[in-house]
Amino acid sequence: MMDPKELIARRVALELRDRTLVNLGIGLPTLVARYVPPGISVAFQSENGIIGLGAPPPHGMEDPNLTDAGGGFISALPGAASFDSATSFALIRGGHLAMTVLGGLQVDAAGRLANWMVPGKLVPGMGGAMDLVTGARRVIVAMQHVARGEPKIVRELTLPPTAARPVSLVVTEMAVIEPTGRGLLLRERAPGVSVEAIVAATGADLLVPEEVPEMPVAPARPGAEPADPG
Amino acid sequence: MHLAISAVDAARLIPDGASLMFGGFMGVGTPERVVDALVARKARGLTIIGNDTARSGIGVGKLIDAGCVARVMASHIGTNPVTQAKMIAGEIAVELIPQGTLAERIRAGGSGLGGILTPTGIGTVVQDGKRVIEVNGRRFLLELPLRADFALLHAHEADYEGNLTYRLTATNFNPLMALAADCVIAEPNEIVPTGAIPPDAVRTPGILVNHLVERPQ
Repeated sequence: MMDPKELIARRVALELRDRTLVNLGIGLPTLVARYVPPGISVAFQSENGIIGLGAPPPHGMEDPNLTDAGGGFISALPGAASFDSATSFALIRGGHLAMTVLGGLQVDAAGRLANWMVPGKLVPGMGGAMDLVTGARRVIVAMQHVARGEPKIVRELTLPPTAARPVSLVVTEMAVIEPTGRGLLLRERAPGVSVEAIVAATGADLLVPEEVPEMPVAPARPGAEPADPG
Repeated sequence: MHLAISAVDAARLIPDGASLMFGGFMGVGTPERVVDALVARKARGLTIIGNDTARSGIGVGKLIDAGCVARVMASHIGTNPVTQAKMIAGEIAVELIPQGTLAERIRAGGSGLGGILTPTGIGTVVQDGKRVIEVNGRRFLLELPLRADFALLHAHEADYEGNLTYRLTATNFNPLMALAADCVIAEPNEIVPTGAIPPDAVRTPGILVNHLVERPQ
């Protein structure tokens, strides 16, 4: 069986569209850059001020003025552009960002995402997450279906929401779920995973169509240089 | 003509209790020599405004470590456990601001605007206590302009007039903060003769810069 994170990343990669601007969050979403389908050219943004970030440079070639949003050294691809933080968030809020992929702590029946704090436990700050969820044309949540035995897809958020707006798609290692005006629609199931297992691992009601196809995934690219945008 | 001052002199200009905007994103684009001088002079009670508090021992993280800071306004402190510990202990007050909102509040502060309207934060705790204004059927938060006593910038090059250039992702908040403080101190990697920077390459006009920090001798 495929590693759950790899499965999620390879399914999310199929949402990438040619010649669009994409922002990947830190953590699991970063893996998506490794599986950009052949024939598709995507520009990755890092919100600290660059479009066209590339893989980490060879050892000893790091530039202290060229990093990703996690502070890691990166390279820049030919055609890259750098800019200040107001421009970076104008791209995000102004409808210029086709898609963002973010991790999640919870998604509720209305499609709302919570991913920036756990009251009393973890208060890292929202960073750019609230702007990304508010402003990106499509918001994809890439997360594990269950955390410590508890469903992460719930009837109503118990954690503070990141934005009022519903996300566009939730991709887990079990299923692809689309928030709609009528509720959460089960669109696809992971290879070997039954609809019953998905329903049992989900804390909110799912709209289950008669036919739930198995999720396709982007091809693995062995040997491909991972363009890790942080 | 600007007179370059030492980092130590720059730190002397900044009184305890001052509010400081710091350029930088995880320490990248932060004026480290001024930070070190503030730590050395044992500054106290500072308010620091910037994207994050980097990590312990890096960028403004050094100010947190050394107990120079009373208040932080930032979008993210998750990478600095010292900031979190001091926040929980009540030693540092932290106000978290969405990153894009922070950028625009600083831009507004430097641009003579009365605030900005942003959809970011609607329906979240960020909305608490703020005015919601509807424009063309869409709801926005009124976010107020932000200014500071000092802006502490990191630049790539400066010329003798204080014209500044920046490099790649070290740009971040620096050019925005250059407009939003009463006193602007820039720490460039290089100081080059006036005329060496082509006008199109200047990102911050020198007229905005009060002091340049000289390179270590």
